[in-house]
Amino acid sequence: MGSRRYLLRKVLHAIATLTFVLAFNFVLFRAIGDPVKLLTRGGSLHLDPKEQQALREEFGLDDPLPAQFVNYLGDTLRGEFGYSFASGRPVIKEIREKMGPTLLLVGISTLLSAAIGILIGIKGAWRRGSAFDTGSLLGSLTLYSMPEGWLGMILLITFAGTLGWFPSGGIESTDQLTGFAHLVDLSKHLFLPCLTLTLGYLGEFAIIMRSSLLEVMGEDFVQTARAKGVRDKDVRRRHAVPNALLPTFTLAFYSVGFILGGAVLIEQVFSYPGLGQLTYGAIDQEDFPVIQAIFLLGSAAVIFFNLLADILYGYLDPRVKEA
Amino acid sequence: MITSPHQPDDLTVGTEAAPPPAPRDPKKIKWLRRKRALAGFWLVYRQSKMGMVGLILLVTFIFLALAAPLLVSRTDLGVSDPPGAPFLRPSGEFPLGTDDFGRSVLDLVIYGSRISLIVGFAATVMTMTVGAAVGIIGGYYGGKTDTLMNALTNWFLVIPWIPLAIVLASILGRSLFNTILVIGLTSWAGTARLVRADTLSVKERPYVERARALGASNWHLVSRHILPNVMPVIFANTVLTVALSILAETTLSLLGLGDPSSISWGGVIFDAFDAGALSAGLWWWLIPPGICICLVTLAFTMCGYALDEVLNPKIRER
Amino acid sequence: MSVLSVGDLHVTYRTKGGDVPAVRGVSFDIDKGHVLGLAGESGCGKSTIAGAILRLHSPKTKIEGNVIIDGQDVLSLKPGRLRAVRWTGASIIFQGALHALNPVRRVGDQIVEAITVHKLAGEREARVRTAELLEEVGLPARRIDDYPHELSGGQKQRVMIAMALACNPSLVIADEPTTALDVMVQAQVLQLLKSLQRELGLAMLFITHDLSVLVEVADRIAIMYAGQIIEEGPAEHVFHDPAHPYTKALAGAFPAIGDARFRGKPAGLGGDPPDPQHVPSGCPFHPRCPEAIAVCPTLDVELWTAGEDRRAACVHVSGAPVLSESRE
Repeated sequence: MGSRRYLLRKVLHAIATLTFVLAFNFVLFRAIGDPVKLLTRGGSLHLDPKEQQALREEFGLDDPLPAQFVNYLGDTLRGEFGYSFASGRPVIKEIREKMGPTLLLVGISTLLSAAIGILIGIKGAWRRGSAFDTGSLLGSLTLYSMPEGWLGMILLITFAGTLGWFPSGGIESTDQLTGFAHLVDLSKHLFLPCLTLTLGYLGEFAIIMRSSLLEVMGEDFVQTARAKGVRDKDVRRRHAVPNALLPTFTLAFYSVGFILGGAVLIEQVFSYPGLGQLTYGAIDQEDFPVIQAIFLLGSAAVIFFNLLADILYGYLDPRVKEA
Repeated sequence: MITSPHQPDDLTVGTEAAPPPAPRDPKKIKWLRRKRALAGFWLVYRQSKMGMVGLILLVTFIFLALAAPLLVSRTDLGVSDPPGAPFLRPSGEFPLGTDDFGRSVLDLVIYGSRISLIVGFAATVMTMTVGAAVGIIGGYYGGKTDTLMNALTNWFLVIPWIPLAIVLASILGRSLFNTILVIGLTSWAGTARLVRADTLSVKERPYVERARALGASNWHLVSRHILPNVMPVIFANTVLTVALSILAETTLSLLGLGDPSSISWGGVIFDAFDAGALSAGLWWWLIPPGICICLVTLAFTMCGYALDEVLNPKIRER
Repeated sequence: MSVLSVGDLHVTYRTKGGDVPAVRGVSFDIDKGHVLGLAGESGCGKSTIAGAILRLHSPKTKIEGNVIIDGQDVLSLKPGRLRAVRWTGASIIFQGALHALNPVRRVGDQIVEAITVHKLAGEREARVRTAELLEEVGLPARRIDDYPHELSGGQKQRVMIAMALACNPSLVIADEPTTALDVMVQAQVLQLLKSLQRELGLAMLFITHDLSVLVEVADRIAIMYAGQIIEEGPAEHVFHDPAHPYTKALAGAFPAIGDARFRGKPAGLGGDPPDPQHVPSGCPFHPRCPEAIAVCPTLDVELWTAGEDRRAACVHVSGAPVLSESRE
């Protein structure tokens, strides 16, 4: 069956890519960067040769490289990412704690920016040349050209600073709130970071959807639909948009990687306690175990979403099922 | 034979006196054709309002970057002997206030244009060269070569660029060259994919088949047929890549991965953020560099989209 | 009883480079059960006419004149009435079934849509009717759930034909229905169109650049050049005994094998069709015409009688005004 082979191929491909990422991570930190130097933070921790040797043994750095790699793989699959330099706690624990807030932020932002961006793009393309189209195109381009971190700063200064409408950071206030009040508090804290991320990526969705729909509008089958006597909005809804949505759909999933990246800066700007803030701190303090783990997780997440996109796309576009 | 009125009668009239015959030299014909194509291209491009606005903005900033050394003295940028007191608000002497060292923010913004643009262009050169090479080689040769190139491209495409950039920068260290390297390494795959797709379609065109049947060498086919026809796609993509590279440089700087010793717009914002400008509400320090980044990126993007419209007739308005 | 009556139709595209008059005063009638062939080179305006009849052009495009289908002037209908007339009054078989079908929807659904949009039947009935239509055009009914990419070019064209017949239109416009097909498939599709037209008594406007095809299918032929009709008459006569020099060249380009008149090489015609924005003065064909005379650049040509039941817009035909000194 064509579709089963297609599925299998995509999954195998994802696993292969993940393996390469693991290998890359390993090679980069063990074979290229001097592990001892990295472990002792560039020599800032002064260890005498005996202590260095002990360190080597503890981390198995004396073993042949292939053996190290196998150990590394085993460790990774068990979730053993080592210990953070900064906090001394297991990396996996740090990540688990900070993952929730980030998922919340990135999840909501992605959905909103995709939904709003797509709607704007559709309306702009369908009424090409109208005031809405020109305006929204310009707006989308401007948003697309803004660095998200900087946009976050502006929004913070304006709305939290000058106007004081929103809290200036964190995920919840220090008062112990429960139930509905807690929800409201969460929303207030989420609002600005979420707004920033949404605005940052909305533009791209709008632009891509617009181009895609414009291309589809020039296709013959749209004219066929019109000639059949189908109403304008149904031509758009049933014929044009479903075809134009295909590339946008793929983009939405592929964007997750970029949105995750954008989250790093945004969380720092808004002091939002998520993986982004963790990453930022890790860079600042050269906390390599954390950096490595983030790289791995980030890559795994993107690989997963790409796989998801490919699989779902197969259901959306009937032409693709042919293996 | 027409004689030039200034020619003395006893001289034999040669071709210098005759009106210039239509150029039969193939090189000249090629150049004439190119000039005409360029003129036609410019005519269509001019019609795009977006493209023209973008172009004007672009020229303005490039001019600014080139003129920066004349507008700002190097000593004013040094931290050892700053022209003013730190954290000053905007005033007549310092229209954008001063930074945490006492340097004029306006000076920093003007001078920052140089690094931001240089990194943008340099990273783009790297991206386009590697990307186009991989794309064309894979697309043209097909088979195992293509599988390899494609696998490489897909791998780089899948990896989220910020974690990769972080990893590379942590290992390689922070310098201008490394910034360019990191941006190039994380961007070339997008170009490669585009170029490969275009190469595949150009490869199927009849004149390529014909040339191959006539016994043209691979090098000839690639340089004379494939490359010139893939150029429009590469060119439009280049302009958009510069925009993305400038944004990437900003992001890297804001993460603290930029070169601490060079002044770029992203770097200025980072310094401001690091010095607590955000909580102190020192908007005059934070906002102007960002506006510049925004405008320059906008300019490149608008030009890029205008180019796309010129080169892709399907989305051009009838 | 005319099913379609086109009167002095002018279609002007508005572009960034100025106005482009693609159709400059075209008139013709098609009676029930008759086939009118419309032939000409690319860019002469024939496909524009197809779009104009159902008002498919962008609102920016200027359309003047009248287009009367079953007694209603399409050009003055309100959008709601216009949509009702589309497909039920007249339908179009589009050229190159390459992209004329929505790639992400099943072909059956697309035909059903035509029926349900006009509320001619419910979903289930429409599906039954669709299956019948598919069989009528020579496709097995199970194809109803196929996607366009699963069909060959010829099969897709048949689907287009089935779709065009879905609402029992009085007029079918076939816009280059065989152009994108292989020669063998072309013949099959033509055969199908002919038999369907005869069987259902359809009025048909058959648009193509291939004159030889029209001889087989059409009752009358009209030749277009530079946005105007420059000759029209019974199909056989126009093809085998052309009156207008352009028609002679066009017919000469499609030699009929076995016909003694076409012995020798097929003749082409030098030059290109005129740019619609810069149509030559007088007779638009005069720069390329091998029979042009002194008066041609200044004479405003009309369709004059060129024989029994035929007309041509050329100074050389019998019905043209006699101009004393400019003639031989």
